[in-house]
Amino acid sequence: MRKTCLNMVYELAKQDERVVFVGSDLGPGVLEEMKQTMPDRYYMEGMSEQNIIGMAAGLAMEGYIPYVNTIATFITRRCFEQVAVDLCLHDLPVRLIGNGGGLVYAPLGPTHLATEDIAIMRSIPNMTIVSPSDADEMTRFMASALDWPHPIYIRLGKGGDPVVTGDQASFEIGKAVPLRAGTDIQILSSGVMSGRALAAAEMLIKKGVSAGVIHLPTIKPLDEGAVIAAAGSKMIVTLEEHFKMGGLGSAISEVLVDVNTMPELGILRIGLEDSFPLAYGSQDELMECFGLQPSAITEKINKTFQIRS
Amino acid sequence: MINHPFSNEIYPNSPPLDSRSKEMRRLVIDALDGGGRGHLGSSMSLIEIIRVIYDDVAKHRSSEPMWEGRDRCILSKGHGCLALYAALACHNYFPREEMREFCHFPSRLGGHPERSKVPGVEASTGALGHGLSIGVGMALAARIRKRDNRVFVIMGDGEINEGSVWEAAMSASKHNLSHLTAIVDYNKIQSYGRTAEVLDLEPLLDKWRAFGFETVECDGHDVEALMKFLDAPLSESKPSMIIAHTVKGKGVAFAENDPEWHHKSRVPADQIAAMYAALAENS
Repeated sequence: MRKTCLNMVYELAKQDERVVFVGSDLGPGVLEEMKQTMPDRYYMEGMSEQNIIGMAAGLAMEGYIPYVNTIATFITRRCFEQVAVDLCLHDLPVRLIGNGGGLVYAPLGPTHLATEDIAIMRSIPNMTIVSPSDADEMTRFMASALDWPHPIYIRLGKGGDPVVTGDQASFEIGKAVPLRAGTDIQILSSGVMSGRALAAAEMLIKKGVSAGVIHLPTIKPLDEGAVIAAAGSKMIVTLEEHFKMGGLGSAISEVLVDVNTMPELGILRIGLEDSFPLAYGSQDELMECFGLQPSAITEKINKTFQIRS
Repeated sequence: MINHPFSNEIYPNSPPLDSRSKEMRRLVIDALDGGGRGHLGSSMSLIEIIRVIYDDVAKHRSSEPMWEGRDRCILSKGHGCLALYAALACHNYFPREEMREFCHFPSRLGGHPERSKVPGVEASTGALGHGLSIGVGMALAARIRKRDNRVFVIMGDGEINEGSVWEAAMSASKHNLSHLTAIVDYNKIQSYGRTAEVLDLEPLLDKWRAFGFETVECDGHDVEALMKFLDAPLSESKPSMIIAHTVKGKGVAFAENDPEWHHKSRVPADQIAAMYAALAENS
């Protein structure tokens, strides 16, 4: 997904002279061809996230569309004020590409995890948040969003994630993508968790529970219509690789509270509990610690559904 | 602790304020009067810097504030916006009478300047340490487009406590942004007290030189000196830094060099009258 995203930056840059790339201190050879062929639109500026965001704002004020890339937690936490003031207050078309959304950097520990990135980005007016589930969807998103006139935070997965979005024709910011039909419950998810939602839905069938899956690649602006429609099922499950506080589940709950509509059996939010992880390991292993493997998700959904029914 | 001398001690023979300098300062007092609040000291210290940029150096058009060929001037110390508003009003970006609506609902002239609201304001500032990075981006954009417009960034001395300023300094230097001119309004006082006491900046000129800037220092109230150094980039290969030694509250004797006048949230009528009178006494 990351490679696809950066390749698309180069493709877009070939098509449109407004596109520039700004990195912090990425690995050797990142977008080397772009660096060689369009050196005046390729910047690697060192670990100076605050400066990078301001610089991107200055370029955007002059009509450019900067794609800024570094590790997700550094592009959200380290320079939050620059993101809020320089990008969002000015409402500039700067794209923030955050590597390793969620638990991707599990072996590197809590300093490198991006588990509250959506909560903090979601709190700023004018910000758009996109969390695609796979490389194909990333390609569609990047191709469609060039002229989106607002800042965008793009949350990247680890890469190599299974393609679950199928043969969608296009990507539309703010539109839900139904992945599976179901009659009892609706699982609403984003990013790579949508693949896990599909796996859980398959297991739930065997337990006699019919679960639909609605993928929400845009977390802000949220497809409120799709969320409200999902409340027509018996129960909504939200699934995210993010703290339960402030993420997708919060956003969905807020929509339903505001329209005073609740599914018959309420909402079950599944995500990361309010604690820093105590262990290292792989992303999958931390997912297991937090109960985010398909089997654990299935158990939790089934148990809650049976208790509430 | 050693306090560094105030700027009027460094430049005891600073030229007297002329009519333009007084005119702009009267507009600042008008705003303070109408708004009932404002950063007096922080605005008065940078009047001559702003004045020289807008009157004598920068290419700009009030009839077409976003004219592509304009020089960009970012007031990174956004709390000094009364000086910027005074310059913009003098150049007909908006009517002078609006100064009296400062900070009032629904005036567009707020306590910190906003690009989307005030014609001529290049960047919304107020959170400190942002302007130099934005200026780096603008200067890079000019270079890509092969335009020769200049970018001016005015920072406060307290402002450069922010680490982001030094990130931006490295970036400006790395890219040899000769069309970027930064100015520090070095009035030696920040909100709490003297800069030397809060977080000493010295040796300031050496720091900027070490960061790759062509540097000069001057009396920040000496219009001739400012014109000389702002007229053109100081170097053809490096960004420029002008350390302007200024007096906080300059022009209102009882407010000069007094941290109590950094910001006032209530200004009684008798103090306003005293300010106009003190300004008139300058000769």
